[in-house]
Parts: sequence; structure tokens; C-alpha cells
Amino acid sequence: MTPMIVALDVSKHFGPLKALDGVSLEVARGEVVCIIGPSGSGKSTFLRCLNQLERIDGGAIWVNGELIGYRREGDRLHPLSDREIARQRLASGMVFQRFNLFGHMTVLQNIIEGPVTVLRRPRAEAIADAMALLEQVGLSDKRDSYPAELSGGQQQRIAIARALAMKPELLLFDEPTSALDPELVGDVLAVMRDLAKGGMTMIVVTHELGFAREVANRVVFMDNGRVVEQGPPGTLLSTPTHARTREFIAAVLP
Amino acid sequence: MTAPALSGPGAANPYEIAHLTHVRPKHYGRWLAAAVVLVAFAAILRAFAQGQIAWPVVGQFLTAPAILSGLVNTVAMTVWAMALGIALGVLFAVMVMSPNPVLRGLAQFYIWFFRGTPLLLQLLLWFNLALVFPRIGIPGLLDWRTVDVMTPFVATLLGLGINQGAYTAEVVRGGILSVDPGQTEAAKTIGMTRLTTLRRIVLPQAMRVIIPPIGNEVISMVKLTSVASVIQYAEILRNAQTIYFANARVIELLIVAAIWYLAVVTVLSIGQFFLEKRYARGGVTRARPASNRSASA
Repeated sequence: MTPMIVALDVSKHFGPLKALDGVSLEVARGEVVCIIGPSGSGKSTFLRCLNQLERIDGGAIWVNGELIGYRREGDRLHPLSDREIARQRLASGMVFQRFNLFGHMTVLQNIIEGPVTVLRRPRAEAIADAMALLEQVGLSDKRDSYPAELSGGQQQRIAIARALAMKPELLLFDEPTSALDPELVGDVLAVMRDLAKGGMTMIVVTHELGFAREVANRVVFMDNGRVVEQGPPGTLLSTPTHARTREFIAAVLP
Repeated sequence: MTAPALSGPGAANPYEIAHLTHVRPKHYGRWLAAAVVLVAFAAILRAFAQGQIAWPVVGQFLTAPAILSGLVNTVAMTVWAMALGIALGVLFAVMVMSPNPVLRGLAQFYIWFFRGTPLLLQLLLWFNLALVFPRIGIPGLLDWRTVDVMTPFVATLLGLGINQGAYTAEVVRGGILSVDPGQTEAAKTIGMTRLTTLRRIVLPQAMRVIIPPIGNEVISMVKLTSVASVIQYAEILRNAQTIYFANARVIELLIVAAIWYLAVVTVLSIGQFFLEKRYARGGVTRARPASNRSASA
């Protein structure tokens, strides 16, 4: 079976800064991968490259077997058009640290915006789906609220519902609980745990090592724009091979 | 809690003090200031009432056909010029923020030129365009004499609209910048193209920042159209002038025009209030802050 994600030797520069320095990673369908590492290690940048919020300048990424962002012509890779990139992004959904719900829309409007505007699905159908998703994240009573009226934890669960409404094959989470008050983290992690159980392919950049240990099939440790080591959570979090990984885990775990 | 211990001569029972009646502050200064202002205002009103103004003439011309048609032209020009200004403003704001250096440079030049020269001069330039280009059109397709095309209406519309576009571009740019970049990223992740993102996500939220200044500019535009009287556009002030050149009732007709300007601006101000309320949707802050308490005089 084609892997969901294949990244080969991906590199990304911001001016002189090498944010990603030859990252390779493969993610199978249905797998839950947590990426951990210190800030500035490139883990968020890598995630953003996977759905082309950042354009990579070296290496190649395949999502679901399709080369993304570029098209091969002879021995060169040419960038795709805005429209093609928009189409490729539909394969993945993304959940941000700061939620990024559309502030001028109600909860329901946020969720149906993509299905109606982008996928051109009938409004009534999109609303029915949205209500089911709201039920799934436990916020059916908030359908007519505006994001500013919700707590961070509620906003993040709506953001997950908005991503799911596009029926993506893959969900990307960029530190989904880092901006939340501690008592709200649990609700969001519970929703993510259910998704993982349901077989969704997930890549989660996180500092929640407890969640990684419990839910992830594999944990990847990144530092300085490289993958330092990866493995099953039990192994990587308890008996890491590299000194850098040991240091990090010792510093993060209470 | 225990009451503070008071001692010394004249020390009263603290409980007695705590239960005395509180007298409200008197604000003598406020009363005095209000009285002075009222007297001054009454004096001005009285001066005008006794001055050489034939008020019946004002009443007579208030609904004169020439005045009303001027009013219609003023309002129509305001609408068309603002529409052109907003369309150009959005276009040039997007161009100014474009990563393409040519588009950006061109938009910057436009803003620089039309904000940097007086509106009156721009109107005269458009109106006299025939001196530069006796004929205009698309070579081989369309061909007109410029004097036929550049009527007072067209010259005024171009002059006001293009000038307004330069200001609106800056307002729109400010509005777009006020929208968190995270909104654009979220729109991208649900598969929106750049244009859809601008139309569905960024501009509606930028509106909250854009609407109040645009509202002010619509109100300015109503009055700015009077400048077009110099190039013979038949707006209300121009028509009032035409009448008083004939009957010498200068002040009366200026008052007629002033009354209509005030009426239009008042209606627009009310419209602006409701528009701001509508675009404040989902915002944490209200469109208008609660009215400030006046500082005591």
C-alpha cells in the first residue's frame, strides 16, 4: 500500500537559516506520528511543508503517492500553480496552535465554509455533516456562537471539526494544546485520541509526551532541522539512543 | 474590621461619620460653562435672525427644481465616485501588497501621485485632457474626440474617483494588515485559492477596520463634489450659484445648499452607524466605544 507521506531529503531555508536540513520521513496510512523536539528544531516548519504553507527548496514530498508543490519536467522540478496547490492541500487538514477560526463566522459557518465554498457541496448536506461533527467534538450547543465567545479548548475542538469537514485523509496538528489553559488540554486530547482510534492518519507536533506515549505509533525527535532519532514511544521516550534526545526528554518530563 | 482609632481634640465617633449623608458634588464650573456657551450661541442666532437674510426666499428655493436636480447630481456623483474609489482602492491595495515588484511599484506611484497633488488640479487636468490628447480610443477599434467624451460628469467622476482610490487604497491596506495572517493560513488549509481567501476570509474581516474611515470619506465626498462646480458639473452648489448670479440672493441660496448638504450627511451618518454595527459581528470590541464622559469644566 502507498504510504500516506513520503518525505525525502527535505530542506528549507529562511534566508541564511537552515530550518530543515535533509529531513526524511515516511508515514503509513492510519499511523499516528508525534514529532517532538526543542523550539527552533524545525518540527513545525516540517509540518507546514507537508501541506505547502511553506515551499520546500530541496528534496521532495509525496502525499498519497502524489508529488506535491512541484511537477517534474526533464531533470527539473517546476512549481505548481496556486490552484493546483490548493487542490493538493485538500488531502490534508491542519489544526493550528492558535486555532485560527474565522472570526467573522459562527461555529457552523466556520465548519461548512470549506465544504460549501471549496468543495461546492449542497449547503443542507454540509450543515448535516457539520452537526454530526459538532456532536463528535461535544459542542452541538455552540453552533451559533462566534469564536470570540468560546474558550480556547472549545475553539480548538471546533478547529478540528472544521478540518474534518473537508474529509481529509490526513490530519496535521501544530502544537494543538500549547496555547490552552491546562484544564482545557484534556478535552482536546480526548477528541484527538478518538480520531486516532478511528484510524485517522495523524502527524502531531507536540510537547505532550504523555499523549505521545499513549496514542502515537511512533515518536520522532527533531533537532537543528534534522530527524535525530525515531521509534515506538515506549522505546524512544524511555530509552533514547542519542544523548541529545535524553537531554530533551529529561528537561521536558516533570 | 475595626474602625480606625481616632484621637485628639474634636475626634468624632467614626461610626457616626460613616453614616452621614453624602452630598453630591455641585459642578459650578459646568453650569457656568454651559451658560456662557448658551448665551454666545443665542447671540449668534439672534444676529442671523435680525441680519439681512430673506428667510422666505430660503424656503422658496429649498425645493426649486434646479436645486433638487443639483441635489440628485450631488448624491449620484458621490455614489459613483465612491464606487470607483473603493474598486480602485481594493485593487491598488492588493497590488501594493503584491510580491510582484512591478505591480507594487506601479501602485505606489499611483498613490504617491494622486495623494500628492490637489484635487482641484486633478479635476482641471481631466477636464482639459483634450489639450493633451485631441482624440482618444483604442487604435483601430474606437476613436472619439476627447472634448465629446470628457464631459463635466466624466471629468468629475474620474477626478474624484481616482483621487479617492489613492486614499482608499491605504485604508484597505491597513484593513488587510489588521487581519491575522493565521486566518489566511487556515483558509489555505481548507483548499481556498488566494482570490477566494481574499473575498471570503480577509476582506470581510478587514471591513471592521475599513468601514469607519470609508464612512467618513463618503461624507467628505458629498461635500467634495462641490469642487466640481469649477468645471461646470451641475451639482447643488453650482446650481445655487447659477440662481444667485441671476437674482443676487447670495446668502439665501448658500443657506439652501447648506441645508441640503446637512440633510444628506445626517442620513449618511445614521447609515454608517448601522453598517459599523453589522461589520462588528464576531468581534470582541464594539464598533463604537461607549460615549466618553465629558470632562468637568
